Amino acid sequence: MILQRLLSGDFPRSRFLTALLLAVFTGLALAPFLFPGARALNVAATVCVFVVLVASYDLLLGYTGIVSFAHTMFYGIGAYGVGLSLHSVGPTWGAVFMGLTIALMLSLALALVIGLFSLRVKAIFYAMITLAVASAFAVLASQLSDFTGGEDGRTFGVPELLRPGFRLVEAEVFGTAINGKLITYYLVFCSALALFLLLLRVVNSPFGRVLQAIRENDFRAEALGYRTVVYRTLANCLSAVVATLAGALMALWLRYAGPQTTLSFTIMMDILLIVVIGGMGTLYGAVVGAALFILAQNYLQALMKQGSDALAAVPLLANLLHPDRWLLWLGVLFVLSVYFFPTGIVGKLRGKSK
Amino acid sequence: MSEPMLALTGVHTHIGQYHILQGVDLTVPRGELTVLLGRNGAGKTTTLRTIMGLWHASRGALLFDGRDITQAATPDISCAGIAYVPENMGIFSDLTVRENLLLAARAGEPDTARLEWIFGFFPALKKFWNQAAGTLSGGQKQMLAIARAIVEPRKLLLVDEPTKGLAPAIIQSLIAAFRELKAMETTILLVEQNFGFVKSLGDTVAVMDDGRIVHSGRMDELAEDRDLQQKLLGLSLDTHQ
Amino acid sequence: MTTTPPAATADAELPRLRLDTPPLLVLPILALLALPLIGSFPTWVTLTVAGLAMGMMIFIMASGLTLVFGLMDVLNFGHGAFVSVGAFTATLVLLPMQGWMQADSVLMNLTALGLAIALAMLVTGALGWAFERIIVMPVYGQHLKQILITMGGMIVAEQMIHVVWGPDQIPLPLPTSFRGVILVGDAAIEKYRLIAVAVGLVVFAAMFLVLNRTKVGLLIRAGVENGEMVEALGYRIRRLFVVVFVAGSALAGLGGVLWGLYKETLTAAMGADIMVLVFIVIIIGGLGSVGGCFIGALLVALVANYTGFLAPKIALVSNILLMVAILLWRPQGLYPVAKR
Repeated sequence: MILQRLLSGDFPRSRFLTALLLAVFTGLALAPFLFPGARALNVAATVCVFVVLVASYDLLLGYTGIVSFAHTMFYGIGAYGVGLSLHSVGPTWGAVFMGLTIALMLSLALALVIGLFSLRVKAIFYAMITLAVASAFAVLASQLSDFTGGEDGRTFGVPELLRPGFRLVEAEVFGTAINGKLITYYLVFCSALALFLLLLRVVNSPFGRVLQAIRENDFRAEALGYRTVVYRTLANCLSAVVATLAGALMALWLRYAGPQTTLSFTIMMDILLIVVIGGMGTLYGAVVGAALFILAQNYLQALMKQGSDALAAVPLLANLLHPDRWLLWLGVLFVLSVYFFPTGIVGKLRGKSK
Repeated sequence: MSEPMLALTGVHTHIGQYHILQGVDLTVPRGELTVLLGRNGAGKTTTLRTIMGLWHASRGALLFDGRDITQAATPDISCAGIAYVPENMGIFSDLTVRENLLLAARAGEPDTARLEWIFGFFPALKKFWNQAAGTLSGGQKQMLAIARAIVEPRKLLLVDEPTKGLAPAIIQSLIAAFRELKAMETTILLVEQNFGFVKSLGDTVAVMDDGRIVHSGRMDELAEDRDLQQKLLGLSLDTHQ
Repeated sequence: MTTTPPAATADAELPRLRLDTPPLLVLPILALLALPLIGSFPTWVTLTVAGLAMGMMIFIMASGLTLVFGLMDVLNFGHGAFVSVGAFTATLVLLPMQGWMQADSVLMNLTALGLAIALAMLVTGALGWAFERIIVMPVYGQHLKQILITMGGMIVAEQMIHVVWGPDQIPLPLPTSFRGVILVGDAAIEKYRLIAVAVGLVVFAAMFLVLNRTKVGLLIRAGVENGEMVEALGYRIRRLFVVVFVAGSALAGLGGVLWGLYKETLTAAMGADIMVLVFIVIIIGGLGSVGGCFIGALLVALVANYTGFLAPKIALVSNILLMVAILLWRPQGLYPVAKR
């Protein structure tokens, strides 16, 4: 069966989860037609990119048991690679591919070096070293402002096909113009879908099973003859490559690459939170988590602002609800979900359907 | 016969998914030296660790001096009067000999007279009093580990394979030390593989295999019964003379 | 296997407790190498003092973290929050006592500062205790959750600073008598840096004494090497751990005050920012080793200051390069802690 092949035999295994996934899938697939408006489309594209970004992180955290804080670095490399290339060479497809190639090679090299260096030791070592490397990279990106545009980042033109002004056909379809923005959206959507299915295949392959065996008991896996370092490093590289691609997609969509949208620690936090809330080690958790999270981020913050304004007379409470304190509530939610909800939404749903 | 110092009844211990102790029944009589024999992997070390509360029994009961210690925490078991010399000796290599003994003395400072008594059979400890324990030789580390267990009187002493990897001459000084302890009627549970070492020391003996006690009785009876030795331990006495 | 007869070993002099010297030599060698590169002696003195001052502050912040790790295998990613909280708490004293701070009297300056530091350490110590109870305790032995949850704890703490003190930076001027420079020959040395070095040395000495001369200190060192045996000797390692955790948090608070005065502005993220250096330091030093942490902190700070002067662009990644170099030399850090 085609679906079986596509999903690599890894079905949602819960009726409600299936419905949820179908809803997200249809919502994203038909987003330009279902939810008109630039903002809604932006939310949909962000969800697509985050699904891939988070799923690739889950390959590390959930399937391999490695905590990395450098995921945004790879994401940023992808975005900057495409962005800077388009910025300096000009809006051609050649520039896109050149930037992407350089970014992929850089990510691969970094992932390989960091992995070989620190994955031999404890998980905790890796977490610290990635944190250090990633923060050095973020500083570097904002300091080398001649090259990267510093804190402001770089805006750039994209190939003509992807420009909002470009019209594929003059007529509108279901009241939606078939323009470059729409084409970009579908480029993002289809790439994201392909990458997600690829990751699904990876985790359900023999390779993925070895990773899980290592996560459960690395001594035993080693005793069984698996070179745990090699497997972990491979997972690390694969995860980095996918994150780089996600970054490139985001850059194409935003026509902008800057530290705030790619390298900031807030995004790392978002990724962690989505993985944990969605469900570690499930991949589907990335879909559900990313969709819920991005929606909440875009629409709940407005609600917080209203709350804060309404409570403006109460000093501390107003501060608590200020939209800038979004991260506070995320942090609380994060801690609570690690405690009480370690299997995430997907784990809960699957647990019930058993 | 008086109530035993330590009694294990039907003790099961799991480590992760492995079922190591499968119903151990063992009594350690007061004032005697009990030897626990058995091949590698029979569960001797696990038995000691379970007594010490470093692993907890999943089933069965441990009674120490009339008190139930099955679920007690390690520090409480220690304070109740059990001293432990683990297989790896567990000395603090970064600390000096003096500091190692200081930590074992809960009264504060070690008693001088008792220290002199210990120095009597472990003179090396006096000599290297202010040396880092990590610089001691293997035999001296073992002496330190035992000294740490007896620096204050305890009701029961658990010692795990003290002769492992030691030269015969050092083993002689350990035998002397255990004789001293026996003379003071210290209750000791000694795990060993070296039958030659314990043959003359032990009062009672228990033999373990596959997580169970397969034999228990008086040491002198086992020492004379070569057939039983052959059956239980699979060794002829010549190997360890 | 010991093959030598006991008579021989017992009488032969033992090797003196060998002090592992190569790591100790790295510091002076590095400083001396930097001298010809920098070229000017006064500049070198200024940079070296700046590096030492920064190193001492990092050491104060990192020492608790490395002990906490050594003792219970707990790595607290939220440690940086104590640094920020410490610095911000100090403003509760320093801003109302602005007059005392600006007064041209060493005594008044010191009183205000002393009060601020005392309060900061008290608050961060208490916060550390709560953090240990609520955040760390439920996830003992689970590294993955530990990393995630302490990270979450730090985010919450950092955001709470914003809630309480508002989103803006807070200026924290130095007290009058600590401002300015002392001229030694041609070299200008900022007074405050000397003070930071002095405080750092005092903390190191105090820690050294506690760890070597008191029973609690001996227990901590013993526990870092073999916690199980400490329990088997009848001590509760949990209690010991809480003590170390609280003390480490209070020290992070102290480090935060010093660091804040050094920067003269406070941001909620200052703790998280400095954590990157702290992690590098404790990795370089060898996880769990206080001595290694001390040398590592000085090393990192000196390298940062020298490269900052010689090649500002490389300075950004100099710490990473230093860490890589050290780990290639000693994969477990300068002073690996013997474990079990």
